[in-house]
Amino acid sequence: MFEGVPLTWFLILATIMFFVGIYGFLVRKNLITILMSLELILNSVNINFVAFNKLLYPEHLEGMFFTVFIIAVAAAEASVAIAIIINIYRRLVNIDVENMKEMKY
Amino acid sequence: MTNNQIMFFIFSAVIVIFSILTVTSRRILRAATFLLFVLVSTAGLYFMLRFNFLAAIQLTLYAGGIVVLIIFSILLTSHVGAKLEQPGLAKVIFSALTALVGAAVAIAAILQYKFPETVIPKERTNIEDIGQALISTGKYGYALPFEVISILLLAAMIGSIIIAKKRKD
Repeated sequence: MFEGVPLTWFLILATIMFFVGIYGFLVRKNLITILMSLELILNSVNINFVAFNKLLYPEHLEGMFFTVFIIAVAAAEASVAIAIIINIYRRLVNIDVENMKEMKY
Repeated sequence: MTNNQIMFFIFSAVIVIFSILTVTSRRILRAATFLLFVLVSTAGLYFMLRFNFLAAIQLTLYAGGIVVLIIFSILLTSHVGAKLEQPGLAKVIFSALTALVGAAVAIAAILQYKFPETVIPKERTNIEDIGQALISTGKYGYALPFEVISILLLAAMIGSIIIAKKRKD
């Protein structure tokens, strides 16, 4: 489809990336590595959006705009998450998920 | 084997290998670097699909912004040579099982569905079209989400400053 690369390959690649992200999300304890797994998941969804945009509506840009907005939301989420992580580090001196029993202000 | 296929295989091999390394590496700074490689080769895929503007956004915002932010916070919260502790065996087995079963189901569903064969036009996405769509309010216009996302970014900026600020206790 894309000069020899079928859509299925893109989808399989995105699937593998998504589930690697899921694995990291479940296994990791450190908050920053969990955040990195989340970025992997978001990125795989972006690949799907872009590939489907080329398949279904190559003359419009819908998938591309969704991807741009996902990237913007990911940036906002990463900045807020890192602010929270730094605040937790100040109080508890490490950032493992098990130590966070309460998130009260 | 066309050039496009060779490029796709290189990018996808980099993405798969380095994303697995990202979630398994025990040194957290290395994991962040592997994440950077994954994001850069995703930008390569966007270039292959002729979304040049999107690839530029991916490089500047993801690879340039978010990864640098993550590396900064790693340096603030842990020692450079520190190793993460090994996760428990049962946890690894069950998480890997979940991921493998999920991936198998999704890939089986993808392979069974017959996607229509379409020929993609070769032209690149035009920056002018993108700009027009972002400020138009009609059909295929994205003025409202554009404004909403700008308010979200402002809120996120103020929120993260307030949260990370040092309090006088």
